[in-house]
Amino acid sequence: MHEVLGTTTDGDLVINVGPQHPATHGVLHLVITLHGETIRKVDPHLGYIHRSIEKMCESLTYRQFIYVTSRMDYLSAHINNHACALCVEKGLQVEVPARAQYIRVLMDELTRIASHELWWGAMAMDLGAFTPFFHAFRERENINDIMEETCGARLTMNYMVPGGVMADIHPNFQKRVKSFIQLFRSKFDEYNEMVTGNIIFQNRMKGVGYLSAEDAISYGCTGPTARGSGVSCDVRKIMPYELYNQVQFDEILETGGDSFARYMVRLREMNESINIIEQVIDNIPEGDYQAKTKAVLKLPKGEFYTRVETARGELGVYIVSEGGTTPYRIKFRSPGFSNLSALDHMARGSKIGDLVAMMGTLDLVIPDIDR
Amino acid sequence: MFSLSGITTALHDWLSGRFSEAWVMLIEMLLAGIAVISFFAILGLVLVLMERKVSAWMQIRLGPNRVGPKGMLQSFADTLKLLVKEGMTPNGADKLLFNMAPVMAMVIAMLLMAPIAFAKDFQLWDINIGVLYISAVSSLSVISILMAGWASNNKYSLLGAMRSGAQIVSYELSAGLAILTIVVLSGSLNMNDIVMAQENGWWIFKGHIPVIIAFVIFIIAVTAETNRAPFDLAEAESELTAGFHTEYSGMKFALFFLAEYVNVFIVCAIGATLFLGGWMPFHIGNWDGFNRVMDFIPSSIWFLGKTFLLIFLIMWFRWSFPRLRIDQLLNLEWKYLLPISMVNILLVAAIAILGWHF
Repeated sequence: MHEVLGTTTDGDLVINVGPQHPATHGVLHLVITLHGETIRKVDPHLGYIHRSIEKMCESLTYRQFIYVTSRMDYLSAHINNHACALCVEKGLQVEVPARAQYIRVLMDELTRIASHELWWGAMAMDLGAFTPFFHAFRERENINDIMEETCGARLTMNYMVPGGVMADIHPNFQKRVKSFIQLFRSKFDEYNEMVTGNIIFQNRMKGVGYLSAEDAISYGCTGPTARGSGVSCDVRKIMPYELYNQVQFDEILETGGDSFARYMVRLREMNESINIIEQVIDNIPEGDYQAKTKAVLKLPKGEFYTRVETARGELGVYIVSEGGTTPYRIKFRSPGFSNLSALDHMARGSKIGDLVAMMGTLDLVIPDIDR
Repeated sequence: MFSLSGITTALHDWLSGRFSEAWVMLIEMLLAGIAVISFFAILGLVLVLMERKVSAWMQIRLGPNRVGPKGMLQSFADTLKLLVKEGMTPNGADKLLFNMAPVMAMVIAMLLMAPIAFAKDFQLWDINIGVLYISAVSSLSVISILMAGWASNNKYSLLGAMRSGAQIVSYELSAGLAILTIVVLSGSLNMNDIVMAQENGWWIFKGHIPVIIAFVIFIIAVTAETNRAPFDLAEAESELTAGFHTEYSGMKFALFFLAEYVNVFIVCAIGATLFLGGWMPFHIGNWDGFNRVMDFIPSSIWFLGKTFLLIFLIMWFRWSFPRLRIDQLLNLEWKYLLPISMVNILLVAAIAILGWHF
């Protein structure tokens, strides 16, 4: 029986979670060594959704390659596009009009809320509670509708272009965002009631998946994953881009380092994003939404790097230009990849159920990890 | 007062007039068997639809609404689909055990239905050790799950089956002790006697706080025994894909599914019988007028109403709670529920001896 079941020499059970598995939210393949129910080792295998986006970008012009990046971290498509646009603008040394900056920040924060909403529902589903997923989608749907009106898309927006944004905001935009803020505020307590305050949920989250601040730094974790361990790493604070040095907001930090701390960081971030939107929404200045740029963009010879804060952490875009119309080399530093690398360290010694909860709190988006 | 006993008596008289005694008995057994199987099937369909509607209601969506009026024929369509699907047996599986497990799960669920009193004088088997029989047979259900998990030759199934083994064996203790409180109060193991003992009030009202505690423990324990969320570790979709029935497809899977829902019905029926008076209408002491009004509602309606109330409660759990972890699950039983039930049964015994209950 042992050979059939696939065991290690010490009699530990080796199971393959994924690439098709309800817990992995995509084609992530984890090879887990189990001792009874206790996890000895987690070995993530990647590559199932590798589309060689970095290579594809080398043959696309600076206007075109942004569209591909919506498919990396599809839950924060706006922020991916934003990062690329920022990098190209840095190379071109274009000044983005104020109106475009405001719109970009609004879109980024709405995306962050939408992404965290989906994470919240999916994570509760990982823990076996199905209902929160639908409640989260009720609010997320409103954001998608707002996006659809202005950008014409609900998932892969491709709205931010070098020099500004693709089109002006819809006349209804401000009104709808304000009504969304109201709706979100009224529903937010429900989230705490349904999930955060639940005793079973707290028992499942507290004290599991501990990641110390030192480990978070050494694994290169960023975003809510690292902030749950008390590492200050919000790019919006430490290297502000666009408007972020003009708006008032707090960097959410929790010191627990466990799954619950990471959960609380994301939950509080949603509220903080709402605060940012409230400050910005009424002050959108009149003017151009796009700077005047040449029809064919050519970056000067050199290397350019920008970083932004996506919903999952720090996204870096690195462009090497030879002076032509297409980049010579592009590298994306995706937050999910580094965050996933900490999973093995966190999961050792805990139970299978905890592994699923930890993966939930890391908020993995597999196309972001694989690209 | 309406009663279903009229139908059965008339049928018995009609048969007795035509056949010899042995034939009458055989035919009646056959009819009872057919009745159980059809009831079983209808119950499965109704409960699956109910679960989908309840979950839809909680999840702000509509649920099945296309097949038949308000989607009421959805379960029939699903059953038809499952029936025509190929029943696969994976390579390397233990063929005999693999195919036997779903049948066994169903047979055990059917056996459990025998001593339940569905209405006044409407019972398949009025056995004097009814409660004992139910606790004995219900413990067999773990065997079918272990069998399925072991025979599937799948690591997820094996893990699910092992979890389920630990879980069912543990929670049976609390469920048994909770049942025992009512046995102590009623002084009988017979289902009918227990119902009759609640003529002047249901045990949950008559037995003070200890019976309420026993009722809560019973509901928690049977939720765990039937592998329903938040105790659905044997299936644990996000962890073990589908747990012990990962490898099952088609009708074999449907039998497990059916057995799960019928088990839920049975444990709720037992809970309703023991704590909520079974088919006994809501009576208050010697308020004759009130009691007589209550008697006008047929006993079968009382029974099904109480049972479905408890089923709704268990479905409510499923759609609102996250799942426990295996060690937390066992901690809950051995560290909290079991000691509480043990103290509780002493209290109930004291109440019964001193005659403090109403």
